[in-house]
Amino acid sequence: MSLHAQDDPALRAAQEERLRAVWKPPTGWFFRWTDTNNNQVGVWYTLTAFGFMLFAGVLAMIMRAQLAVPENDLVSPATFNQLFTLHGSMMMFLFAVPMFEAVSIILLPQLLGARDLPFPRLSAFGYWSFLIGGVFVTGSIFFNVAPDGGWFMYPPFTTRTDLSGLGADIWMLGLSFIEVSSVAAAVELIVGVLKCRPPGMRLNLMPLYAWYILVVAVMILFAFPPLIAGDVLFEMERLLGWPFFDQAKGGDPILWQHLFWIFGHPEVYIVFLPSIALFAMIVPTFARRHLLGYPWIVLAAVGTAFLSFGLWVHHMFTTGLPKISLAFFSAASEAVAIPTGIQIFAFIATLWAGRVVWSTPLLYVTGSLAIFVIGGLTGVMVAIAPFDWQAHDTYFIVAHLHYVLIGGTLIPLFGGLYYYWPLITGKKLSDQLGRTAFWFLFVGANLTFFPMHFSGLLGMPRRVFTYPAELGIGGLNMASTIGSWVFATGVAIVCVDLALSPRRRKSPRNPWAAGTLEWLAHPDDEDWGIRSVPLIESRYPIWDQTDFVKKVDEGRFFLPDAEEGRRETIVTSVLDARPVQVVRLGGPSIKPMLTAIALGSVFILTTYHLYWAALVGAVATLGMVLWWLWTGTAEIPEKDSKPIGHGIELPLYISGASASGWWAMFITMMADATAFSGLVFGYFFFWTRHEDFPPSGVGLDGPGAFWPMVALAVSLAGWLMTIAARETNRRGMVGAARALLALGAVASLAAIGAGLAGPWLSGLAPKLHVYPAIVWTLVIWTTAHAGVGAIMQLYTLARSLAGKMTPKYDADVRNITVYQHFMALTALVTYATIGLFPGAA
Amino acid sequence: MKNETPHGPERRGVRHRLRQLRVTLWTLIVPPSVWAVHFLFCYLWVAVSCAKLGAFPRFTVAFVIGTLVAEAIILASGWIAWVQTRTPGDPAPHDQGTDIDRLRFLAVSTLLLAGLSFVAVIFTAVPALMLTDCR
Repeated sequence: MSLHAQDDPALRAAQEERLRAVWKPPTGWFFRWTDTNNNQVGVWYTLTAFGFMLFAGVLAMIMRAQLAVPENDLVSPATFNQLFTLHGSMMMFLFAVPMFEAVSIILLPQLLGARDLPFPRLSAFGYWSFLIGGVFVTGSIFFNVAPDGGWFMYPPFTTRTDLSGLGADIWMLGLSFIEVSSVAAAVELIVGVLKCRPPGMRLNLMPLYAWYILVVAVMILFAFPPLIAGDVLFEMERLLGWPFFDQAKGGDPILWQHLFWIFGHPEVYIVFLPSIALFAMIVPTFARRHLLGYPWIVLAAVGTAFLSFGLWVHHMFTTGLPKISLAFFSAASEAVAIPTGIQIFAFIATLWAGRVVWSTPLLYVTGSLAIFVIGGLTGVMVAIAPFDWQAHDTYFIVAHLHYVLIGGTLIPLFGGLYYYWPLITGKKLSDQLGRTAFWFLFVGANLTFFPMHFSGLLGMPRRVFTYPAELGIGGLNMASTIGSWVFATGVAIVCVDLALSPRRRKSPRNPWAAGTLEWLAHPDDEDWGIRSVPLIESRYPIWDQTDFVKKVDEGRFFLPDAEEGRRETIVTSVLDARPVQVVRLGGPSIKPMLTAIALGSVFILTTYHLYWAALVGAVATLGMVLWWLWTGTAEIPEKDSKPIGHGIELPLYISGASASGWWAMFITMMADATAFSGLVFGYFFFWTRHEDFPPSGVGLDGPGAFWPMVALAVSLAGWLMTIAARETNRRGMVGAARALLALGAVASLAAIGAGLAGPWLSGLAPKLHVYPAIVWTLVIWTTAHAGVGAIMQLYTLARSLAGKMTPKYDADVRNITVYQHFMALTALVTYATIGLFPGAA
Repeated sequence: MKNETPHGPERRGVRHRLRQLRVTLWTLIVPPSVWAVHFLFCYLWVAVSCAKLGAFPRFTVAFVIGTLVAEAIILASGWIAWVQTRTPGDPAPHDQGTDIDRLRFLAVSTLLLAGLSFVAVIFTAVPALMLTDCR
């Protein structure tokens, strides 16, 4: 297709008609919910997370009402425990993290000039998982069984079933389910940023929002899995009595604190960086210039991501760890202030150097920076261990964390709401209401949380339902309560503003005169995402590239058509965004929703100890996933390649390291390996805690070296056969490849038996002591992975037999080989640890 | 991911060869990864020694060596990046979609990360070198 062809209005109209038909959302009262387009799923996701935020906010208001006066009895202590636990858990797991994912699902394809993210059905699956898990956890408060152990659920009180009820299980299983959807979103966003950029958008031209999202999604990959590992141990203790955190049987509650905070501290930056990413989009628009110090922002994002993993023990300064250990974490906590400061200075410098337009979104940005800086400064204070010993578990910490989260997450999101509302709805929100709401929020936040610094230093402990009048903090608490009402009024004004939006007129296209790609969106939005995928030559193409908008609109760039009636977008290379493939995307489908329901049933039924029903749910989930994969992935196209315009012809099918599916498998397995390393960490942690580890005695003697070595050998055989299957298949020896896949599956199944034989034959009793428990856990983890590996090998064999995988179209076998690499590593670590560790044999 | 070839007046020798090196997202994270390894080395060795032996590690000189090695790698990575940031060709301010500007961007980012990592390694080393006991 030449430039010339696009001059013909009739051709353009025909192309638009085809694109419109392809991207037409499903209709009908039920089937409209089977849509997978990012502009639908992202909006549902955002509204749901916003709803959870309002709910959690109401919980906070009840707490503030209870604390308004000394010795109040508005709510009982038990209810108060549920209120603060659910408030914290919801704000973190059901609002802050999902909101970033939701906003990114809406914005990222627009920012990258893609028609959609690479795995739209995965986004839909993530959304339905989030909705089900969120409603399950939230609803518990209406039955008086909400979790009540604090948002970090410290054992041993929470693991002892005589001291804590169903709430702990609901927290653990409900939120584990949501963690799965977070990891799914991280996979989607990483592959999206790395592989779905428009041609020419090299790494140095990427919008900073995309840089931040890439960094944050990678952080999720390394931060959430340790918590998932912790959740596994936690539920094993609650449901089966395996004593991981029970001091009497060799366990240690500190292990939970490590695993929780290895997640929990990066989490703070996981919710902060996406909000500051909004600043990086808003500030240049209203400073009317390029952002100053682009590489400095990248430094700040990447540097923060690394350092944030060296801070977790600063939540544990009072647990009695050696002071020398605290010093390392104190030092890293101080160091992280450097990159955080750098990005704030970059924004200030940009505003200073630009011609500032004082818009409503910019008001939110500057106001939240002021609040965040106060929270950051108290953070530097509590990073110093001796100060933290004084302030720990007091309202000083409550003040600190709320300053950080309100200034670093919540108010920036409101700013982003005012900035991006025209992008989503085509209508601007009211400047007057927005500014009024801002001042209520700004004054309310300070009035609520500033006095808490003093009530904390005067001795008010966190999480206690009331306080005596003699403490002399009644006035401070009344101020905080009044402030919370002021803040809530601000939120209510924002809600009113949103509710009035449908009555307002459409605003012009690109109402803020911004320079980045997402503002190509038209007020009368089409569902196709972008009319043609542009060639990018600048960080602010709308400002810098001549006739850019016109060329996009007239389909003069790439992929302006959908001749074959398929949803498509362009896959490009990681560093330089050279086009490599036209990828076909999944369309509307009921499978993601059904899979989420099936998986949700596993978690929910387990909560109520309905194990057989949960097993049925697990089998159903497996069936759904296989059905989804079989019918929707690695489809052999009807032709090898297609033209995308300007004389470029791209393949429709690629496999291996340049394909998006391969990357998704690799990234998922990185998360899986991180969770596994959390369990291995547990083993070595217990070793440091005991004089004799592994112990000896009946039910305690290790599994010996023989069976673990057999299991390792068989696992490695399965791995090698998969590699051989990939290679023989590539060379056209299909029969040999099929035989190798079948043998590989046999090896994987044998590895299950050999793996379990070790602890089974030596009679390791997991309820007796933490050593047998952790050995069993490692073995179960590894053999379960062998089972999944066998299913994958058999699936690939079936694909080959069905003609859906051939020597040329071999994505399936290449992707499962990636799984097998990680499987081999897992088997090596597990069996070497349990079989060869000194004393185990 | 192809090798970068600087255009314009080329200088021979080490600098030229350094500019030919492959620069990727992986090289970008070398300096902070060194920080992470150094951090884990210091923390884990001290924590394990204090927990299992009840005493601070005896060979404190290992912390000095470990820190020097870490800083040397960071400095090397930073120096390579610094040379690459001065790749000739293409006009300032180097924010275009050319080969050289993309190389310069990754190099500047690596250099900045090397600076941050250098400081952060010192931060971590200070307790290991100065507080040589487990209390």
